[in-house]
Amino acid sequence: MSEDSIISLKNVNKWFGEFHVLKDVDLEVKKKERIVVCGPSGSGKSTMIRCINRLEEHQEGTIIVDGIELTGNLKNIDSVRKEVGMVFQQFNLFPHLSVKENITLAPIWVKKMPKAEAEELAMEQLEIVKIPEQANKYPGQLSGGQQQRVAIARSLAMKPNIMLFDEPTSALDPEMIKEVLDVMVDLADGGMTMIVVTHEMGFAKTVANRMVFMDEGRIVEEASPDKFFNNPESDRTKLFLSQILNH
Amino acid sequence: MNEITESRKPPVATTGVLGWLRANLFSNWVNSLISLFVIYILFQFIPWILNWTIFAADFKYNFNGEEIVNREMCSRVLDPENGGACWAIIYVRFYQFMYGFYPRDEVWRVNLSYFLLVVAVVPLLFDRFPYRKHFLKFTYIFPIIAFFLLNGGLGLESISTNKWGGLLVTLVLGCTGIALAFPLGIILALGRRSNLPVISMMCTLFIEFIRGVPLITLLFFGMVMLPLFLPEGIDMDGLARVLVAVTLFQSAYMAEVIRGGLQAIPQGQYEAARSIGLSYWQMNMKVVLPQAIRISIPSIVNTSIGLFKDTTLVIIVGLLDLLGIGRGALADTTWLGLAYEVYFFVSLVFFIFTFAMSRYSLYLEKKLKTGINMGAD
Repeated sequence: MSEDSIISLKNVNKWFGEFHVLKDVDLEVKKKERIVVCGPSGSGKSTMIRCINRLEEHQEGTIIVDGIELTGNLKNIDSVRKEVGMVFQQFNLFPHLSVKENITLAPIWVKKMPKAEAEELAMEQLEIVKIPEQANKYPGQLSGGQQQRVAIARSLAMKPNIMLFDEPTSALDPEMIKEVLDVMVDLADGGMTMIVVTHEMGFAKTVANRMVFMDEGRIVEEASPDKFFNNPESDRTKLFLSQILNH
Repeated sequence: MNEITESRKPPVATTGVLGWLRANLFSNWVNSLISLFVIYILFQFIPWILNWTIFAADFKYNFNGEEIVNREMCSRVLDPENGGACWAIIYVRFYQFMYGFYPRDEVWRVNLSYFLLVVAVVPLLFDRFPYRKHFLKFTYIFPIIAFFLLNGGLGLESISTNKWGGLLVTLVLGCTGIALAFPLGIILALGRRSNLPVISMMCTLFIEFIRGVPLITLLFFGMVMLPLFLPEGIDMDGLARVLVAVTLFQSAYMAEVIRGGLQAIPQGQYEAARSIGLSYWQMNMKVVLPQAIRISIPSIVNTSIGLFKDTTLVIIVGLLDLLGIGRGALADTTWLGLAYEVYFFVSLVFFIFTFAMSRYSLYLEKKLKTGINMGAD
């Protein structure tokens, strides 16, 4: 593990029952690096990033996040989750809480922050995602794009060093994708370490430092965006790119 | 463009009373016939029931103006043609119906408990109640106050629970059963879904055993077998034993109701709660349970109403609840044969409580729905 590496996966293997989802996955992510992971569905992209905050357990290999190794140790898992924010395809906002309460929940209960301070923090996060005027609404009253931005604000309120995005725009109507991607670009410009699973290749080209292509549980190719899109090595990558870029 | 988008008034007779009648009662000729038939039945039945229960009924005096002291003096016995209900039996035995055989000198303690029960419960039910926070503190200590008030101790004369009866027993059983079973049910439901096999198995066994056994069996079990498990020299009060049985019974049902609600919560809610760092208990208390309980409200109220009525089964083990007192009144030879009045009265009291519960659950459902689009995402 190199000096400035913040996430390190070594020989990670995982099975769902008999099904081998992750096969000898190795990945090093440096601080402030922006990685875009793509690949056909069922290739293990989501499973890989869900292993990084232990929503899924890996069975073999080591995962080290910010110097903490993920094992069955619950304390380690808790500290890693405080470092790592996650945004889901389905937003997963808490429907019984207002936008503001969604964001202040973890600061108040996990960080024991006073309520007033947490609310101030929530408003700051909502400014970042550009919807402070929605603070008192409930998730069900917002559009998909707004909900996803609230979900980003909710993660950011815990001041994570790393953000994981699991297909953040796949459940959105086309006209809402941009507002979410804009927020993610801002985050990237601000120096956040990000791992993004997405099929938004435009986003990948502008933001990513490195592309990771997965297929059938393996990392098939890792390259700079420039090389990845213009001159990929593997045939599988070429096929995948031809299918998603030429339609 | 403006002419097209401008909204017009709806056609006549689709709104208002006329529209409602037309849409709901007379939308076609079959509906019209059924409506007319039902209206006819109601027209026959309502005056009759009002007449029997109120206008032609005796309360304290019969139609000769004499105070009724036995069944022979009831108008409906003297004049079967015209006499209505003879509520004198309720009037004479009202004390028993409300308090059982609680000593009259001490009955203020029961009345005070009834009053405090209202003070404790109403702020709990309505979250806009003024100074609710402070009232809720009282709600928490109310059970202790009620225990000493009713049972005695702390300078109050001790009143054995075998003197308790009527509505007092019904309310003690119903309220305690519902109030204790709720938290127990939550813990059992979470336990059954736990990842730890030992805990999950124990909770499942408990729930399945209790659910698989009739309440009456549990009552006998509490009466006869519970004392065998207690250390020697400790004699558990009869009412307390029944309370244990009722609470265990209710908690098993409550657990299953809440488990149903828990199953409706999408996996994503757990993952989101975990990913922002909430612990197991924080996740359940703040994210999962509030939603699961909200979904389960109709079933929670349903089982609670069920329990409230099932408390009448305690008559089997010799406790005299409201119905038990009623049956006692019927067995009294001076009042023999006034079963209609007694059962009507007992039904009415039960109905008032259960109907209030059911209306409250509707109110709650409506209130919680506003502004929250549950299920859609």
